[in-house]
Amino acid sequence: MLENISMTPIRLKTPVTDDIIKQLRIGQKVLINGFLYTGRDAAHAKLVALIDNGQDLPITLNGQIIYYAGPSPAKPGRIIGSVGPTTSGRMDLYAPKLIALGLKGMVGKGKRSPEVIKAIKQYNSVYFAAVGGAAALISKTVKQCEVVAYPELGPEAIYRLAVEDFPVIVVNDTQGGDLYEEGIKMYAATS
Amino acid sequence: MISALQKAYEEEISLTGKEIIKQIIDNANIAEKEEVPMCQDTGFTVVFVELGQDVHIEGGSFEDAIYEGVRRGYTEGYLRKSIVRHPLDRVNTGDNTPAVVYYKLVPGDKLKIMVAPKGGGSENMSAIKMLKPAEGVEGVKQFVLDTVLAAGPNPCPPIIVGVGIGGTFEKAALLAKESLLRAVGKPNPSPELADLERELLISINKLGIGPQGLGGRITALAVHVEVFPTHIASLPVAVNINCHASRHKEIIL
Repeated sequence: MLENISMTPIRLKTPVTDDIIKQLRIGQKVLINGFLYTGRDAAHAKLVALIDNGQDLPITLNGQIIYYAGPSPAKPGRIIGSVGPTTSGRMDLYAPKLIALGLKGMVGKGKRSPEVIKAIKQYNSVYFAAVGGAAALISKTVKQCEVVAYPELGPEAIYRLAVEDFPVIVVNDTQGGDLYEEGIKMYAATS
Repeated sequence: MISALQKAYEEEISLTGKEIIKQIIDNANIAEKEEVPMCQDTGFTVVFVELGQDVHIEGGSFEDAIYEGVRRGYTEGYLRKSIVRHPLDRVNTGDNTPAVVYYKLVPGDKLKIMVAPKGGGSENMSAIKMLKPAEGVEGVKQFVLDTVLAAGPNPCPPIIVGVGIGGTFEKAALLAKESLLRAVGKPNPSPELADLERELLISINKLGIGPQGLGGRITALAVHVEVFPTHIASLPVAVNINCHASRHKEIIL
């Protein structure tokens, strides 16, 4: 199945709908346009605490995509510093609650837990990988950047990034596919 | 590093893998040209100091001077502040201090300072195990492969694998870290250990993890092994993983 994946990327515009998410398949290259919301461990802990208390969130999750990232500070005259993905597994405890509220996508790097993969299937969401360590290159796709919640968290604040052709690859899709599993199976050498 | 990545680009058979390696090379070029960090995780500052025993340091605490250097470097250089003051209350120190500093007293009148900032993603996938001596070199190889396989995509492959064998529990970890200071792919001067490095690299690259863990043949760019005498009862093995952003700088005063 992976052999047939086109190297030509698909353009995606946020907010995204279930119909579009359902068409995505593991291994596909996607260019995200519109907005991404950054969030790491500390911001996730705060969001989930609000959800658990039945309070309103500082951002609307429905149809949106969260980017697991904490940028380096912007040099004078630049929109943002370097901004590559962080390890997604640290957000696994929180992610299913956000997905249940309509979060349509997550961008990060590294494996997700069975609970997250299940929530992705159940609620029609998707997990994308960005290239870890390609932070300077990725920062070029960010056209605007503003802190929308938790400025006290510094690099861990929630930033809203306006992005153009932000490059990612589909890792977990609504069909239960997992590119990390399939990729390693395809390329493991037997001898 | 760039030449190791270019070689990896040639050798990778997965098209996605190739494209990722290309992005990593392009990223390094942008970072250099525009003087911005190649990765937003500009790390925990790890400093290796070799202090000549004839050197006398005046005018205050040497360690404070290192911390001040980190403070200025991370603030004036627009690097990310990634250090929390306590592992449990997790309040950011705001200036990336303190640093982790190792001192070695050596003959002579020189002071060598080597700075090796270490990102959290690859550090988190590192591991240590106290093997039984009977497990021998096969046990060592298996533990290295198990650690790299468990790490999978998380440490941002292609990675550099540092392996410390022998010493005590903490010495093995330090050996693994020190091995990462070597130029990428420079073999251990001992022919036996250089063979072990080559063999481990081949085995790791057969795992199929590939660039960013999305499948492929280039999982590691190099394996560096360091050894130290150990106790008759012990065979400690530590694996310290470094991502492709292997950032080192040294100065001799």
